[in-house]
Amino acid sequence: MNAPLRKAGVVILVLFGLLFANLNWVQGYKADAYRTSDYNGRVQVAEYQQPRGVIEADGEPLAESKATDGTLKYLRVYPDKQPYAHVVGYKPVNGAATGIEHSEDEFLAGTSDKLFADRLSNMFTGDTASGGNVVLTLKTVAQKAAWEQLTNNERGVDKGAAVAIDPRTGAVQAMVSMPSFDPNPLASHNKAAAQATYNKLNTDPDKPLLNRAVNETLPPGSTFKTIITAAALQAGYKQDTQIPAGAVYKHNGAVIRNAEDEVCPGSQVTLKEALTESCNTGFAQLGVKLGADAVKKTAQAFGFEQGDLTVGDLEDGGLPVAASHTGSIANPDGSTDEGALAQSSIGQRDVRMTPLQGALIAATVANGGKQMRPYLVKQLLNPKRSAIYNANPTTLRTPIDDQVASDMRDMMISVVENGTGRKAQIDGLKVGGKTGTAQNGADKNGNELDPHGWFLGFAFNSKGEPVSAACVMLENVPGGHASAEAARIAGLIMKAAAGQGGS
Amino acid sequence: MLAFAMVLVAAYGATVEANQLETVTPTFWVPAALLSVMFLGLHLVVRFTAPYADPVLIPAVALLNGLGVGFLHRLDVARAIANKEPLPGVFDGTGGRQLAWTLASLILAAILLVVVRDHKIVSRYAYTLGLVGIVLVMIPAVLPASLSEVNGAKLWIKLGGFSIQPGEFAKLALVSFFAYYLVRKREVLSLASKRFLGIDFPRGRDLGPVVTVWLLSLLVLVFEKDLGTALLYFGLFVVTLYVATERASWLIIGLLMFFGGVYVAYLLGASVGGPFANFYDRASIWLDPFAPQYVTNQGYQLVQGLLSLGTGGLFGSGPGAGSPGLVPEVRTDFIFAGMGEEIGLFGLSALLVIYLLIVERGLRAAIGVRDSFGKLVAGGLAFTLGLQVFVIVGGITGLIPLTGQTTPFLSAGGSSLMANWLLVAMLLRISDAGRRPVTSGPGVPPGGGGPKRPPAQLHGAMTEVIKP
Repeated sequence: MNAPLRKAGVVILVLFGLLFANLNWVQGYKADAYRTSDYNGRVQVAEYQQPRGVIEADGEPLAESKATDGTLKYLRVYPDKQPYAHVVGYKPVNGAATGIEHSEDEFLAGTSDKLFADRLSNMFTGDTASGGNVVLTLKTVAQKAAWEQLTNNERGVDKGAAVAIDPRTGAVQAMVSMPSFDPNPLASHNKAAAQATYNKLNTDPDKPLLNRAVNETLPPGSTFKTIITAAALQAGYKQDTQIPAGAVYKHNGAVIRNAEDEVCPGSQVTLKEALTESCNTGFAQLGVKLGADAVKKTAQAFGFEQGDLTVGDLEDGGLPVAASHTGSIANPDGSTDEGALAQSSIGQRDVRMTPLQGALIAATVANGGKQMRPYLVKQLLNPKRSAIYNANPTTLRTPIDDQVASDMRDMMISVVENGTGRKAQIDGLKVGGKTGTAQNGADKNGNELDPHGWFLGFAFNSKGEPVSAACVMLENVPGGHASAEAARIAGLIMKAAAGQGGS
Repeated sequence: MLAFAMVLVAAYGATVEANQLETVTPTFWVPAALLSVMFLGLHLVVRFTAPYADPVLIPAVALLNGLGVGFLHRLDVARAIANKEPLPGVFDGTGGRQLAWTLASLILAAILLVVVRDHKIVSRYAYTLGLVGIVLVMIPAVLPASLSEVNGAKLWIKLGGFSIQPGEFAKLALVSFFAYYLVRKREVLSLASKRFLGIDFPRGRDLGPVVTVWLLSLLVLVFEKDLGTALLYFGLFVVTLYVATERASWLIIGLLMFFGGVYVAYLLGASVGGPFANFYDRASIWLDPFAPQYVTNQGYQLVQGLLSLGTGGLFGSGPGAGSPGLVPEVRTDFIFAGMGEEIGLFGLSALLVIYLLIVERGLRAAIGVRDSFGKLVAGGLAFTLGLQVFVIVGGITGLIPLTGQTTPFLSAGGSSLMANWLLVAMLLRISDAGRRPVTSGPGVPPGGGGPKRPPAQLHGAMTEVIKP
């Protein structure tokens, strides 16, 4: 019986050898990966050992770190709660941050290479390290106006978004998504409570965590006519070129009617009038005449189909922006589906657009055809508040020349002064834009859903400078004229943005 | 050696206080001193009742036990600081309770040594013990979950604020029963066989007991949702069987049956669910604990354990300087992971070596003792201890699927501590018998009278088969 006992001893030896080998794997080879894992609470304790930098706009803190007496020494606080939640994001104790908290995480935490010199000097002076500060381009008055007007809209709509940018630079003046959420409970040091809050928000059918301004694409409706107009002007059309219109246009199975009987019932209408009154039959025929390629090419020139745009820091990452799409507008065999083209030309069918893309179209027109890359981070300040990065506006693309832009400007101003966009008028500013009312299918009982209301537009001050371009989107607006409410809100946001002097 | 172990325990306590409180309190030596007195007490009992017992066992186990008490006390201190409560005294909190349990365990062990002056006496009660063992194993399985379930495994009997793990004691009873049964049956089991593929296979009807125990452990696995205990019982039985018969075929059959059963349970868990689902989950977590669906809920324990070990790295942060509070179940199942952060790979390796020493010393006692019953009991107990360490440490380090097992002598918990001290007492008793100079009867090898007689000289000695 002794031989098997010896063998049993060898077995135990082998088993312990395996344990030892595995411990080496865990504590040796994988040690660094485990030590710095996102799930490792010790990383958090170390991370919360020093205050994270402030995210601010117009000198107002939007996210700051308050000292606590817990294990985690600083609590992340968001004083303004909902209005800034999607832009600023939140930094949870467990898991990944969102928004600017995510894209500028290293800088805020003080671990960025940009802060190397500061860390080095701290080593010698013995100062306690802290994170860098991020200054946003947002104008607090515009953001406040956008949030208040959106949440207190006159139609009782509960979902929507608004974006305003400075057409000359691309600086985002306001970005709001509704419904929103309070980021404070998500940053709670009580991880279970934070997780529960997150789960509740994440499963909410209204998707409060979704930043509708950049991450939701919806049919843009008639606002897409700005793209068709740009394509037509580039193809040699003039503002007063007569285009075919009519009460109804049937083509390849598509039946296009106008929103109301009095809109362009005649057989011909000028391009300018067609845009001013938002003539569906005219633009559907114009789109078919120009061809799918021209429509798609022009849309892409304005930024459709770009999937890798980020809005944040111009040198680094930022909030990812969902790609806007025109749809394929093609038959299964690859040839153009002209029925689809007719519908796409008035922003229906498979055309989808983010509110930010809408604002970019308006901004491009206002800025003479040059589309500036949108950004949210104006400055990065080191812990002693000296700037180590200043945003340097860059041109993203130039989809149209100055002449086309100037024609479009005139026509879009006509929309606000004489046409469907009258609600966007602001005293003291010259406002242009385009409305959109987008049908979006039926609910599960077959009842047609209320349409989305859109408005994209721009405002010039008395000196003729484009001070703001905005896009407002309201989902499922009841009570007809869905775009009128969007136009009204857009006007007020641009007014607030311009009131600050415009840069 | 005992003194050295206690100096280590005292040093551990001092370092903990230095790191946690930034000062060493004047009472840091008290737990170590108390433990020294207790262990010395047991040592004296051993000197009188089993003078030839293996001298390495008590110091080695005492070191583990002492470090366990120290670590638990350290957790109490950390929790008190976090909750801004007054610092726990030596006898407060989990550490204090563990100290009390240690005392109780040592007294039990001493009683066992005093009462059982010859381990062969135990064989007289083998069937009773076997029955008791099986009943102890089955109680939690039939009890309602509210009385027996902790963290998804039904291993407990909970009475008020008091809970015991009967499985820990069942181990001892079952080993004694197996040993007795096998001693009686070993001729049949080892002689009657068919040769197939170069391996001697036993006759079908002799497979009966193996199949029974196999079924029993699979039942444990399914109804108590505990792979570790099942593996433990089965491993225990297969090894005693192998030792008794010297037939490798038992090992092969046993391993095939166990892993076959486990694999089938895994497949059933994937497709049928029901009682097998828990097992399937555990296996899936083991395969990828960092998978998004597990990492913050079901796999949380394992992940936090691994992160704790990883953070410790080679040398650890030093006793008292880590954050073991982040590891769930750090007082019981995950104590090895919690300590790993603070004592590092080197410290844990030392602990493993101590366990290995205890196990190999136990097996040495088995080799040294002359009667087959003693051989089987000592071999079975020592092997089980080693296997248990393997199961839990392998589990928390991700080597095998994680199952709820205590870490012998370290984890908080009276049942485990008592049962394992009884196990050590049994090993002491048997090692004493093995090393005692043979004073009567023929066959005394010339010159082999001292207690330090090497076992090689016993190798050819007649193996006595006891017949009650």
